[in-house]
Amino acid sequence: MRYAMAIDTKKCVGCSDCVVACQTENHVPIGYCRDWVVEILDGTYPQLEMEIRSERCCHCENAPCVRCCPTGASHISDGGTVLVKPHKCIGCGACIASCPYDARYPHPDGHVDKCTFCLHRVQKGLQPACVAACPTKCMYFGDLDNPRSDISMVLKKRKWKTLIPEAGTNPQLYYLI
Amino acid sequence: MTNRRQFIKISSAGLGGLLLGGGMGAANRLFVPGTNPEELSVDLTRTPTYCEICFWKCAGWVYKTPEGKIWKIIGNDDDQHSNGRFCPRGTGGVGMFYDEDRLKTPLIRTEERGKQSFREASWEEAFDYIAGKMKKIAGEHGPECIALLTHGSGGEYFGHLLKAFGSNNIAAPSYSQCRGPREVAFFSTFGEGVMSPERTDIRDTKCLVLIGSHIGENMHNGQVQEMSDAIDKGTSIITVDPRFSVAAGKSKYWLPIKPSTDLALLLAWIHVLIYEEKYDKPYVEKYTFGFEQLKEHVRNMTPEWAYGITTIEPDLIRKSAYEMANAAPAVIVHPGRHVTWYGDDTQRERAIAILNALLGSWGRRGGYFNPESVTIPKWPHPEYPTPNRSWKDAFPDKYTLASSSLASGICDATIPTVSEACNFKGWIVNGTNLIHTFPDQKKTIEAIQNLELMVVVDTMPMDITGWADVVLPECTYLERYDSLRHSPHRKPAIALRMPATEPLYDTKPAWWMAKELAKRLGLETFFTWKDQEEVIAWQLKQLDSSLDEMKRIGVKTYDRSWDDLYMTEGEELEFLTNTGKIELYSTEFQEAGFDPMPVFTAHEEPPEGYYRLIYGRAPMHTFSRTSNNPNLTDLMDENKVWVNPKVAKIWGLEPDQLVYLENQDGVRSKFPVKVRVTERIRWDSVYIVHGFGNDNKKLRRSYGKGVSDADLITRVHIDPIMGGTGMRGNFITFKFEPEQIPVS
Amino acid sequence: MNEVTIISGRMNPRVDPHLEIWHWEIPFYLFMGGLAAGILFFAALYVLLNKEDKYGAAVKITPHLAPFVLVVGLLALLLDLNHKAYFWQLYTTIRLQSPMSWGAWVLMLITPISFIWSAIHIRTVFPNWEWKGILKTIEAFLVKQKRAIAWIMLFSSVILGIYTGILFSAFNARPLWNTSILGPLFLISGLSAGAAMNIIFSKDHAARLTFSRIDLMLISIELFLIIHMFMGFLASTQVQIDAAELFLGGPYTAVFWVLVVGMGLILPAILEILELKKYKIPVFVPAGLVLIGGLMLRFIIAYAGQESRWLY
Repeated sequence: MRYAMAIDTKKCVGCSDCVVACQTENHVPIGYCRDWVVEILDGTYPQLEMEIRSERCCHCENAPCVRCCPTGASHISDGGTVLVKPHKCIGCGACIASCPYDARYPHPDGHVDKCTFCLHRVQKGLQPACVAACPTKCMYFGDLDNPRSDISMVLKKRKWKTLIPEAGTNPQLYYLI
Repeated sequence: MTNRRQFIKISSAGLGGLLLGGGMGAANRLFVPGTNPEELSVDLTRTPTYCEICFWKCAGWVYKTPEGKIWKIIGNDDDQHSNGRFCPRGTGGVGMFYDEDRLKTPLIRTEERGKQSFREASWEEAFDYIAGKMKKIAGEHGPECIALLTHGSGGEYFGHLLKAFGSNNIAAPSYSQCRGPREVAFFSTFGEGVMSPERTDIRDTKCLVLIGSHIGENMHNGQVQEMSDAIDKGTSIITVDPRFSVAAGKSKYWLPIKPSTDLALLLAWIHVLIYEEKYDKPYVEKYTFGFEQLKEHVRNMTPEWAYGITTIEPDLIRKSAYEMANAAPAVIVHPGRHVTWYGDDTQRERAIAILNALLGSWGRRGGYFNPESVTIPKWPHPEYPTPNRSWKDAFPDKYTLASSSLASGICDATIPTVSEACNFKGWIVNGTNLIHTFPDQKKTIEAIQNLELMVVVDTMPMDITGWADVVLPECTYLERYDSLRHSPHRKPAIALRMPATEPLYDTKPAWWMAKELAKRLGLETFFTWKDQEEVIAWQLKQLDSSLDEMKRIGVKTYDRSWDDLYMTEGEELEFLTNTGKIELYSTEFQEAGFDPMPVFTAHEEPPEGYYRLIYGRAPMHTFSRTSNNPNLTDLMDENKVWVNPKVAKIWGLEPDQLVYLENQDGVRSKFPVKVRVTERIRWDSVYIVHGFGNDNKKLRRSYGKGVSDADLITRVHIDPIMGGTGMRGNFITFKFEPEQIPVS
Repeated sequence: MNEVTIISGRMNPRVDPHLEIWHWEIPFYLFMGGLAAGILFFAALYVLLNKEDKYGAAVKITPHLAPFVLVVGLLALLLDLNHKAYFWQLYTTIRLQSPMSWGAWVLMLITPISFIWSAIHIRTVFPNWEWKGILKTIEAFLVKQKRAIAWIMLFSSVILGIYTGILFSAFNARPLWNTSILGPLFLISGLSAGAAMNIIFSKDHAARLTFSRIDLMLISIELFLIIHMFMGFLASTQVQIDAAELFLGGPYTAVFWVLVVGMGLILPAILEILELKKYKIPVFVPAGLVLIGGLMLRFIIAYAGQESRWLY
């Protein structure tokens, strides 16, 4: 099993529902977030191009955060999701510094927190909160090992990219372009 | 919507007549439930609601934690408005409940208006105060001198109260400050309005044309969802906007138009369609009136003519027109929603309506569908007394085509003039922050200062509450019952809102306030129900449902009474216009003394060193009403002024530099605002998101954050046809110090 | 023009607008670690070279600082942890890929050794000190094993010294840190700090001159490594060029070239050359400059590194 997410930049309007849906679902404290939205604009008026995308932990196959964790709190869990065990985490911040996507943050309770791909929902057969909430349906989540999953199909059909591929982390967050 | 009209089907005229006007026969109609209750699992941790953060009213579920705390709000899969997906504001609705700055008890003013000094009062005391003043005003001036300005569910109960009291001056700013012009324009063209949710069939369209409309930033859920579906299907989008909006970023053609010249572009499109014979000939021939006059009217309005006005190249005008024609009739030239821009807005909307008619999109799949709603039985009550006067009396021969009360008209008529005695002595303001809603704050405040009674009903201490005599704290939509939602859509449907929890603090639902006030005004006979739950249960029984069922399913969708979502090919139809046809040439306008066909007039341009103030929305906020919501301020806590890099260079503006904005009348913003230097805005304009710059320290998260566009809109161009307040004719420049307030 | 705007979210303090996860604690801790490594390295080295008597201060006096330096450094590290009560989780596992883990375990090894070293040389400070009972037996045993202890100390101090740099350089995500030069650079800087301490504590003029010579050599290597590091950055990808720009015209230019390179390396080098040329220089001046320079180096690398990032 290999969980992955794809986000269609052609459809995303940057409304940030994914951010607030994650906050409420996962009780992320106000003032923090596990996902966020970026807008990238190229060109000069009126020749412009814009890409909007929702970002979060890429659940990298080659995850620097897991490697640099001194206690094993950061670990690879079901379907390749990268998770943090709060009771093993000493809050040293090494994983935060190691992430090229800046996807982790120090939770006010002391441990490090991040996107879990909503594994608690996925294990119940639900979609991650952000995917389920997105009004534009621009997010796809599923198992890449299953060739018939939504995500496998959409990645076969569409052009895609990953973020900072040159960091060599093999991210599992795909952007449809 | 009381004046909803339908296509009249000539072939089934007898039956069609029954539907007209949504009459009282609805209770007898045969309803076929759209969902099977057995299939739905019962989940005791969730309660149904429909959203009150904006007026799209998406239905959803409020989930609670096992400890009974409100946890999250999720869309209801069976709801046509949300399709199971809420927008960020709806999802962040929990923040409205948890906002610790909420109004907590009734308040009575202790010092002069605007000073924000109140004392806590009991409900009894507050009601006695209000009822006393209302009776006094009614005795001295007549009950008509009390008006209700409302934007929210509670308006219904206060409206009922006011009608029972003898006043029908009930207005929503969403008409004269927002979508009024398009309703009038579409009524005069097609005999029907656009309604809310819009009847645009975006889901199935092949070409979507947006005139300054920024769907995606304007987060009306269903429309955004359908636009996204349309993008998936390869729909081409054409966006006309001086700003590179999110929708423009997804468009095949973006027309970076010079602001205030849209009408010229629309007329040039009409010219191209007609003179290059790209219009839907059979449709126009069969259904429209005045084609020859229109053809003559636009003879010289070529793309080359429009180029000189709009700065859009003729080639682009033609190509975009062909794109529409190729997609027709599955094309939508979208009427927009907030359309009160330049004072000739009804005429611009007419041009949009005419374009749609030429393309044959009205009543066609992928164009405009024919929505249907459920008629909710009314709890019986005595006849309302007939009022002697209305707000219209203050404006003889003006705004004759306004189809709803003008909130701004009521505001104007509150200020006594030499010729006219004051019409209004009392306002009840429900859920609308008029300080930011109306343009020209000074006038709004002047009007308020002339009142004998000013009651504000709200959940938050918005700026407007500072001007109230009595503030009534409403509980949020998560803590109350409200009337069944029955908005028109592809299929008729109802949705239930019920309390997910007991109200926090000493807050109460609006229906309870109205009923309690009625007791003190001797109007008990109009409020014979115990509570809303009783009313809803009674209504649901007649709608082939029950409160228990609705608690379980939240939304009930019925089958349409007729298969008339779209017109059928060659169908004989009569439209509810004077001629019975789609009026390209408006006989109604002609009779009322207005241009029967839209005429382009040039609008004032910004003076040197000034930039046109364009405002709009961000997807995370609904005006100022969400600006203190903890979840939503987390997403966006201030607005910035968008400035083109060329302009920034001239002024030496750096990103995130704080500046003050000053308009053409020397009005300077109360707070400084950060600069966003971006190529996304034209060099002759600046852009800010509406709803920020709250000047109220009680809103701790939003006080002083960003700038209020309403502060800077002091020049208003009134639409002579229906009284809409055109607000885009204001120009600003940059200042680097706050206004020097003279020491007295 | 390319505009990158974060529309919403990512407002996490200490992550945005740029990483600010590590403040003074970590660079201070790294400096203390490097300093202790330098002190213990020379102590072990001269024991193994059988020059214990010639460099008595380096073997017997300066190392008494090491336990304090390490404990203070560890306290700084503990202060940095956000989840302090769970720090013991560090010692429930060995994670070979994690520099943090290496550091935790090396410190676990070297800190007791530094105490032992101090204990067996305590009489150089308190001549009348006498261990009692079992401690006396243990001391006798340890004194006999001094060479073995010195070997362990030599290796662990090198690991500790390198670790202080590797902690940063293992982070691919921060282009400024992501250079393998940081390991040797911090090791050399630590040794240089150790040499400086020995200059201060050596009463013997010849020994002091030797340490001045050693320090001069270490400073040259440091300068070479710094130049090498920048050449490496500038020959690399855009993100590393951007990282180098932080020091070549960017916000850290003055503070780095003046405080670290000028006052922390070149000036003490000049002073030490002058001293070797028999000019009278107060010993604590170049030594103090080296120590301050070493501290600044770690602070600047720590802070600038957190500002360097990948491009979108």
